[in-house]
Amino acid sequence: MSRTVLVVEDEANIVDSLSFLMKQAGFEVLIARDGDTAIRMMQSRPADLVILDIMLPRRDGYEVCREIRSNPDWASVRIIMLTARGRESDRRKGLQLGADAYVTKPFSTRDIVTRVQELLGPAP
Amino acid sequence: MARLAVLASWSILAVSLAYLCLLFAIAYYGDKRADAGRSIIANPYIYALSMAVYCTSWTFYGSVGRAASGGMDFLPIYLGPTLTFVLWGFLLRKLIRICKAHRITSIADFISSRYGKSALLGGMVTLIAVLGITPYIALQLKAVSISFNVLVQYPDVVMPPISSKVPVLKDTAFLVALIMAVFAILFGTRNIDASEHHEGMVAAIAFESIVKLIAFLAVGVYVVFGLYDGFGDLFAAAARTPRVSALFTSSDTGYGSWPTLILLSMAAIICLPRQFQVTVVENVNEDHLKKAVWLFPLYLLIINIFVLPIAVGGLLHFPDGAVDADTFVLTVPMAERMEGLALFAFIGGLSAATGMVIVAAIALSTMICNDLVMPVLLRLNWRGLAERGDVSGLLLSLRRGSIVMVLLLGYAYFRFIGESVSLVTIGLVSFAAVAQFAPAMIGGMYWKGATRGGAILGLSLGFAMWLYTLLLPLFARSGWLPLGFVEAGPFGIELLRPYALFGLDGMDSLSHAMFWSLAANIGGYVLGSLFGRPGAMERIQAALFVDISSHAGAFGGTSFWRGSATITDLKTLLARFIGAREAGRALDGYARTHDLNLGRLREADAALVSFVERLLAGAIGAASARVMVASVAKGEVVGIEEVMKILDETSQVIEYSHRLEQKSQELENTTQELRAANERLKELDVMKDDFISTVSHELRTPLTSIRSFSEILSDNPALSIAERERFLTIIVKETERLTRLINEILDLAKMEAGRMDWHMTDTDPRVAIDEALAATSSLLAGRRIALTLEADPWLPHVHADRDRLMQVIVNLIANAVKFCHGEHGEVSILAGQLDGRFYLGVLDNGPGVPLNDRQIIFEKFQESREPTAGRPRGTGLGLAISRQIVEHFGGRIWVEDAPGRGAAFCFTLPVSRPVAVPAPGKESQEAL
Repeated sequence: MSRTVLVVEDEANIVDSLSFLMKQAGFEVLIARDGDTAIRMMQSRPADLVILDIMLPRRDGYEVCREIRSNPDWASVRIIMLTARGRESDRRKGLQLGADAYVTKPFSTRDIVTRVQELLGPAP
Repeated sequence: MARLAVLASWSILAVSLAYLCLLFAIAYYGDKRADAGRSIIANPYIYALSMAVYCTSWTFYGSVGRAASGGMDFLPIYLGPTLTFVLWGFLLRKLIRICKAHRITSIADFISSRYGKSALLGGMVTLIAVLGITPYIALQLKAVSISFNVLVQYPDVVMPPISSKVPVLKDTAFLVALIMAVFAILFGTRNIDASEHHEGMVAAIAFESIVKLIAFLAVGVYVVFGLYDGFGDLFAAAARTPRVSALFTSSDTGYGSWPTLILLSMAAIICLPRQFQVTVVENVNEDHLKKAVWLFPLYLLIINIFVLPIAVGGLLHFPDGAVDADTFVLTVPMAERMEGLALFAFIGGLSAATGMVIVAAIALSTMICNDLVMPVLLRLNWRGLAERGDVSGLLLSLRRGSIVMVLLLGYAYFRFIGESVSLVTIGLVSFAAVAQFAPAMIGGMYWKGATRGGAILGLSLGFAMWLYTLLLPLFARSGWLPLGFVEAGPFGIELLRPYALFGLDGMDSLSHAMFWSLAANIGGYVLGSLFGRPGAMERIQAALFVDISSHAGAFGGTSFWRGSATITDLKTLLARFIGAREAGRALDGYARTHDLNLGRLREADAALVSFVERLLAGAIGAASARVMVASVAKGEVVGIEEVMKILDETSQVIEYSHRLEQKSQELENTTQELRAANERLKELDVMKDDFISTVSHELRTPLTSIRSFSEILSDNPALSIAERERFLTIIVKETERLTRLINEILDLAKMEAGRMDWHMTDTDPRVAIDEALAATSSLLAGRRIALTLEADPWLPHVHADRDRLMQVIVNLIANAVKFCHGEHGEVSILAGQLDGRFYLGVLDNGPGVPLNDRQIIFEKFQESREPTAGRPRGTGLGLAISRQIVEHFGGRIWVEDAPGRGAAFCFTLPVSRPVAVPAPGKESQEAL
């Protein structure tokens, strides 16, 4: 069973590129364009990994991250924070909230694919 | 022959000199007794008798002369002092108390001291006193010389030749002046401290007062009881002689000038330098005044009893008027061959004259030395003066020189004026001069508000008036000035006639002069005081003088000394001015009374320094003494004036600190403002940080897409053409977005910094709208959006940069396109006028803008966070830029609800040229 990656991002073109990359790497891709939708999608079908943009409409990435981490059912879910904000304080805040990795835009496509693969481990 | 010998000129001279030597002997004895501490003058009788120096040869000879022409008119001159003594004893007492406390040596010293130790005032008073007393001294010289010249004619009763025809050196008056100068020097300047009592002089004066009284009474008794059979017989004889009886019955003489004369003499008894000397300076015990206030008036009463009888007797005796009535006291006994009585009368007159001259000369010389010469010398070269080993010699020479000068001045006046005027007229001129001191003196004792400026003004005006209305006319009448000056006024100006100034006519010349001089004096004094501001020294002196009773315990306590001077220095200083022996004696006396051993002490305490200053003040005046002591104390002295100065400065400091308080309040406010500004800067810093962070975010977003797809394209050569095409299109679009974003950030930065280049012209908004529509047409391509334009046919022109105006419209359209309904998008543009301004609105049928966001939506990067899925992202700067532009054009931009649903972004701009509404004809033409 292929593992799923949930891309939470409001910028259409970035969603496009990420879903292309994840599909190419062999993951199933789910897409949410805001924080609320992301939580709803997790409830209906939890993903193995969430690529989470921070600047989101309605509910921002930090909140979504906190929500996921507060639910024991989702303890194994991996989270990569994705942000255009390069400040160290933002990065620390993301990691404190329980993110597994913190990737700054613009990211290297190879790098992000590698990160996702590392976090999820070799395919079962 | 024997008879003749008695009244030969040599014998008269010998008797006169013998009498003067007797006076000197009494003075010498008096001084010796005083030195031995057994004063012979320390009783009220001597004190009252010394006051009788008031009665001069004016009284002795002049009163009779006056009575012979004016009846009772001689009397007011004695009523005035009587009134002063009886009614104003309290004033005299206060005067004495003040002068004792401040060691005042003369009337000049008094006035100068009262008005802040003003050297200028002291000098002025001295000058006025010298000029004013000069006629008075001349009067004495005239009296003595005439009486001498009359007496030597014995047994003939012949009036002497006019003195001015005689060479000066042969002039009796000149010799009299010289002899009197010598005696005045002997009496008055044997030692230096003028405030130390001249006990010997006082004793001599008291003695001469007795002599002149007895001499006058002797003549009176002889006339009444020798020539006639008592008063009744005398006046009965007078009544039988019409010319004589007219004196007592005619209303011509009148009493019109009495008030003036009484007032004048009331002032004179206080203000005459010699009266000040005997009454105030020479007073040894304040309590003596109690008896003197009735003893002295009693003396005046007694000496006046026989004035009228002698005058009547003289008139009856010399009915033809060939004998000057001023000489009756002498000539009546002469005519009766009473040579002994005549000689006694002469001695009485000489006595009266000498007493006056000696006391006046001493008083004036003290003033000239202390208040005129010393201040000038000290000012010019006081260091040089202070360095001199012994100045006491210089001081003595100065005083002696002053005495000689005063007498020579008197002689000169006598020579120029004296011949043509009666004794009493001369005397009254002097009274009028010294009366000028009264306002400043009496005012200064009771009115604290009186100032130095007021005193100077009053004195100058009063003295000027005296000079003009009294002295100058006298010179004119003596032929030294053209008489026309008196009769027609200077330059023929009637209003300025000295005897009828400003048209004031119908008064006798003396009353007239008194009226003007005292009016000017008091007016100047009061107004000058009211409008001037006293200095600290004046205020403190005013308080010390006016409130003398409450400061009674603080005699000499007007100094506070900080630090001290060495005793050696003080002793040296004292020795310089009063001589080593006197200095040693004074200090020893001080040490005895204060139980000090000066030999063991090095530093003098404050009390001793004050004592030395007071001693010095007696020798050289208060102002000069202060300077000298301060020089010895090497600046460590704090006198009351310094204290006041410090207080003054303190009040300035208080004022200053008050201002400082205000300043610090201002500073506080400024600090507040600075704090607020700092807060604002911090906010701005945070905002800048946020801005950079946001810009970074906004730049990274398109960059992310570009990089991702570029790498995907690069890593996946096997992509389908369509996919490749799609990805490349995204890259291009995102690149465009990035470019636009960068341009807008730069634009905004420029606008906010005020560095934008604006090309402001008169712009037809219609053109801008059309261009904006053309520029946004691509946005609509492939979208189901209905765009409509409703514009007035005649839009007003605006003053704007056309490209920027277009940019605003483009932004608003792009915004509307972005947010309008996804399925049935409607965007409408309205253009026209609103309240006289150009109006443009862009309406959409999207979700609208929540009330809360309507302000911040125009801030940078504050795009509404509503999901915009599937729509091209804006830069988040469009509205911010639009607002900057509209506001730069003087307009306003806002968002409101569009009718129905959606948002309406509107702006208005001021109109540069109003719409020229075309005439209907023209419209129809265009319609054609």
